[in-house]
Amino acid sequence: MTMVGAHGHAPYITVSIIMNKKNIISRTVQDLPPSGIRVFFDLVIGMKDVISLGVGEPDFVTPWNIRETAIYAIEQGYTSYTSNKGLIELRQEISRYLKRRYGLDYDPEEEILITVGVSEGFDLAVRALTDHGDKLLIPEPSYVAYGPITSLCGGQPLYLKSDPAAGFKVSAGQIERNTDKKTKGLILNYPNNPTGASYSKKELLDIAKVIERHDLIMISDEIYCDLTYDFDHTPFPTLPRMKERTVYLNGFSKSFAMTGWRIAYACGPKDIIAAMTKIHQYTMLCASVISQMAAREALKNSDRAVQEMKREYRRRREFIISRLNEIGLSCHKPEGAFYAFPSIKDTGLSSLTFAQELLKREKVAAVPGTAFGPMGEGYLRMSYATSYENLKEAMARIERFVARIKPTT
Amino acid sequence: MKELLEILENNARATPEEIGKMLGRKVSLVKNDIKNLEKNGVILKYKTIINKELLREEDSSVRALIEVKVVPQKNLGFDHIAERIYQFPEVTSCYLMSGTYDLLIIVEGKNLQKVSNFVAEKLSPMENIRGTVTHFILKKYKEDGDILKQPNKSKRPAITL
Repeated sequence: MTMVGAHGHAPYITVSIIMNKKNIISRTVQDLPPSGIRVFFDLVIGMKDVISLGVGEPDFVTPWNIRETAIYAIEQGYTSYTSNKGLIELRQEISRYLKRRYGLDYDPEEEILITVGVSEGFDLAVRALTDHGDKLLIPEPSYVAYGPITSLCGGQPLYLKSDPAAGFKVSAGQIERNTDKKTKGLILNYPNNPTGASYSKKELLDIAKVIERHDLIMISDEIYCDLTYDFDHTPFPTLPRMKERTVYLNGFSKSFAMTGWRIAYACGPKDIIAAMTKIHQYTMLCASVISQMAAREALKNSDRAVQEMKREYRRRREFIISRLNEIGLSCHKPEGAFYAFPSIKDTGLSSLTFAQELLKREKVAAVPGTAFGPMGEGYLRMSYATSYENLKEAMARIERFVARIKPTT
Repeated sequence: MKELLEILENNARATPEEIGKMLGRKVSLVKNDIKNLEKNGVILKYKTIINKELLREEDSSVRALIEVKVVPQKNLGFDHIAERIYQFPEVTSCYLMSGTYDLLIIVEGKNLQKVSNFVAEKLSPMENIRGTVTHFILKKYKEDGDILKQPNKSKRPAITL
């Protein structure tokens, strides 16, 4: 799930423009937390010849068979709306795919909705499930959209600190301790952006028990599922009695390198999917038919390409983690996604200062951990979705940078 | 082992240290793996892929695919005649094919003349060769998995969350 941070809407900029025309912008939007690292992003965009470890999307282009299918779809005149829920052929293909991969049973007619990216699926789920004052638990650091979307829906985000010592995971006990009568559910993203952490089946079973005991809903963002390196990925709805409590969000962006196609899907109990579809038909109507045709091809014929990309990411992971630890930026080995999340605490610098100085002195861009919430302080997100040559050079530059700042601290 | 080969096939200059890091394997073990693969001939040699399309005229060369029909020899089949053909340094590839002809060879030469001379003087007169069809390559787009065009610059924004 990618949100283009550099081009995203920044509410606080708008506010300054309408200063003397009071309250044109809604209170709710004005109250949304501004992105504190906007300035840093602008700095990166304005700089040339930067090696970027700041990118939250694959460096591969979409496999050719998928692109070719889209071209053919256009030639054949697939240019109209589809049904609100999406092409039935695609929903059937998703249903078959989930069955084949994970043994999941979702009815393509009533339990699957095609969305415009997991971003939309997430928005729909929160809107469909949240009443004013409802609390949603969000492990932090987390992807940037979860909290603000919850607030937009009148809900209350409640952040749980994912423990660095536990590989940036939250525990079942932690979820339980923070649950009260107003808690509606939990948002879990695994493998995680920005930490790369993922959960084993055993850890998920513990969480599932708490979900059941407190009658919670699970919004499970599993967009990075195919990039799980050390164990088999366990989708949350495969756990006992969890299918009826889970909105399962997944898509094509990361597995098939299709970020720009904006195509994803949500699966869940039919009443939740019906509620989400209601909102979807008023806001989005349907996802792009061309992307839907391409997505169908992706599920049918791209297993090999997905496996090749995964192997490549895994090699880069081993390389970058081992290099970062050599350099003295201690870094746990993330179980999935394509992010390393090293600690820079030993340098004595804040995340933002470290990132700014690294950019200015060595022209390497990485994202300050604080972009993903205050609990990211002391960390940097480094994406290894870039070529091996870039990674090698970036690590050499970071090594030089760290060696130079050490004596002064 | 398969992954080690995948890395080297893509980048023959990857060092054992780098490969060790990528695979989470001890450098000494990687060195040992490579040595064994070299010893038993799985790794034949390390080459550089040159995009000859970009060379200056005087350094460039031409290539032709040549279909060769041969008379197989008693007890020797096609192997003997194939060997006589592939020993020529001009022949860069040689395959036994199914279908309407028997051997497919790729011949490289300085220019059209040189390749034609090779066909006329060396190949065709050879005993047991019934005929040849020569196809000159006009332009190379992709070779052994590599597209012979500078890749497009990445269009990704430098930072996305």
